[in-house]
Amino acid sequence: MIAFMIRRITQALIVIIIISIIGFAIKQSVGDPLRELMGISVSMEEREEFREKLGLNDPWYVQYGRFLGNAVKGDLGTSMFYKRPATEVILEKAPATLELVFVSSLIIIFLSVPLGIFSAIKPNSLLSRLLMGGSIVGVSIPVFLTAIMMVYVFSIKLGWLPSYGRGEVVMIGGWGTGLLTVDGWKHIIMPSIALSSIMLPLFIRLIRSEMMEVLESEYIKYAWAKGINKKRVWFVHAFKNTLLPVITVGGVQLGVTIAFTILTETVFQWQGLGFMFMEAVERSDAPLLVAYLMFVGIVMVGVNTIVDMIYGLVNPTVRIAGVK
Amino acid sequence: MMTFAGFKDSFLWYSFKRDKIAIISLLVLVLLVMVAVFAPLVAPYDPYDPEMIDIMNSEIPPVWEDGGEKAFVLGTDSQGRDMLSTMIYGMRVSLIIGFGAVALQAILGVFIGLFAGYHGGFLDSFFMRAADVQLSFSYLMVAIFMSAILQAIVGVARFGEIAVPFLILVIGFSQWPQYARTVRASVLAERNKEYVEAARVAGFPSAQIIIKQIFPNTLSPILVLSTIQVANAVMSEAALSFLGLGMPIDRPSLGSLINSGFEFIFSGAWWITALPGLLLVILVLSINMLGDFLRDVFNPKLYKG
Repeated sequence: MIAFMIRRITQALIVIIIISIIGFAIKQSVGDPLRELMGISVSMEEREEFREKLGLNDPWYVQYGRFLGNAVKGDLGTSMFYKRPATEVILEKAPATLELVFVSSLIIIFLSVPLGIFSAIKPNSLLSRLLMGGSIVGVSIPVFLTAIMMVYVFSIKLGWLPSYGRGEVVMIGGWGTGLLTVDGWKHIIMPSIALSSIMLPLFIRLIRSEMMEVLESEYIKYAWAKGINKKRVWFVHAFKNTLLPVITVGGVQLGVTIAFTILTETVFQWQGLGFMFMEAVERSDAPLLVAYLMFVGIVMVGVNTIVDMIYGLVNPTVRIAGVK
Repeated sequence: MMTFAGFKDSFLWYSFKRDKIAIISLLVLVLLVMVAVFAPLVAPYDPYDPEMIDIMNSEIPPVWEDGGEKAFVLGTDSQGRDMLSTMIYGMRVSLIIGFGAVALQAILGVFIGLFAGYHGGFLDSFFMRAADVQLSFSYLMVAIFMSAILQAIVGVARFGEIAVPFLILVIGFSQWPQYARTVRASVLAERNKEYVEAARVAGFPSAQIIIKQIFPNTLSPILVLSTIQVANAVMSEAALSFLGLGMPIDRPSLGSLINSGFEFIFSGAWWITALPGLLLVILVLSINMLGDFLRDVFNPKLYKG
């Protein structure tokens, strides 16, 4: 187990270093920091002097070392647009995205588990057939289209729900939450449904197919033979063993979720990380862009490593895979 | 090679004839692809020709709505372009990028999968680790980052000119791991079978064994994957264009049409967004349905839902 953990952590570190190299390369190739810092009247000599002072004439590995050193200390550069440290901007926007992801995961969990189990237990019922048909339609509709259609129906035609923004936000420490006000909840309904709309069909299908596989296995047949109560077999014996693959896939889906938060936040102008990222792209705000890339990269590598390790704890066969 | 007569007796054709959804999906898909291929003949107007566009014609609703005009069956967009023609050309762009990207990722992925799977060793573990890492980031996110960065580097105006080959590259490179993994898995299953042993004993060079003996036996999973990947690529392209990281508005794809129409739904012009959206959904859905059908046929173990 320890060998597995060490291998996994080394791999994570290598990936983080690769991400930092990519981030550094982008920083070098997008925009000239001097042009952003000084006006047109500054003379060439002064520019050159300043360039030397900022260390922009050092060889790239020295600059990369400095970049990495600062990044470890949590300094990812200063956003050109906000004129503030990029880390600060990211931490300020993160709660909005986290709340959105949180609410839509709740929707996914509370809908996909019962629906998935139901369609596995009763594969021939009308509802299961509808669910399977609906799920393939569901994955074929892009998130942004779902979002736009919801805005058109519920905001423009019916006027029930607000079409953009987070609404009233309450500050608790450094965390601006919209989940404590009625207005905040009204604002989060549509974005979170839109975000969950693409994952929900995937999870229903996944839970269904895993559950059906488990229901075919020997120990379930044995449980039937023992005459155990139906509900106990379904929800305790069978469902427990469908959870493991579902959790792993759930961990992997994090990257997909982040990609879709960018789309959802763009439609609803949700003031989170995804919206900030798109704004940074439009403004060519390289430091912020790089900071977001590094931030997302590190979060994803971290989560994936933890999921893998939990999986390694629960399922010993994974540890052996990949051993040469 | 499979002959036509052989195909008529095959299980694939047998199940296809009995699956109404698959037949309809294939018909719809063939129709859409034909329309896209022959766009200049089918479309009533040429949306790339500024001569044909009159700004006075902007935001005309479809024929069945109040204020619709017969000349523009599906209405016009904010610049006065005929929606029907613009959508047909947009679908053409989407399909070019979709098929191009899948061709690229298939070549990359199949090649890597075949050789990594057959030879094993360092290259194998290197590519599979790389595939793991890239998949854990999700292809859409990789694609979004790559286009965002490139756009920041080359600038928006220049980006518009190279958008088509660039999107093919981005989507192709962000999805090769899917192919590499699938192919590698089938190679691992095949490589120790007798016929491969026999070829090896007969002294064929390994490149020939891989391409002539093993590759044909990995084709059916590749076929299933390719259908789903075309749908994925079209969706990714739409997502990128919707974010403004894809096709520019003067050469729109379905995604950039949806994006350009988005701001007009607030003034009630729903058709600029909804119609290209509907076309996109029909296109992706028919491909996905076919993919589902193929998966069921080639994988009879799976329960049909």
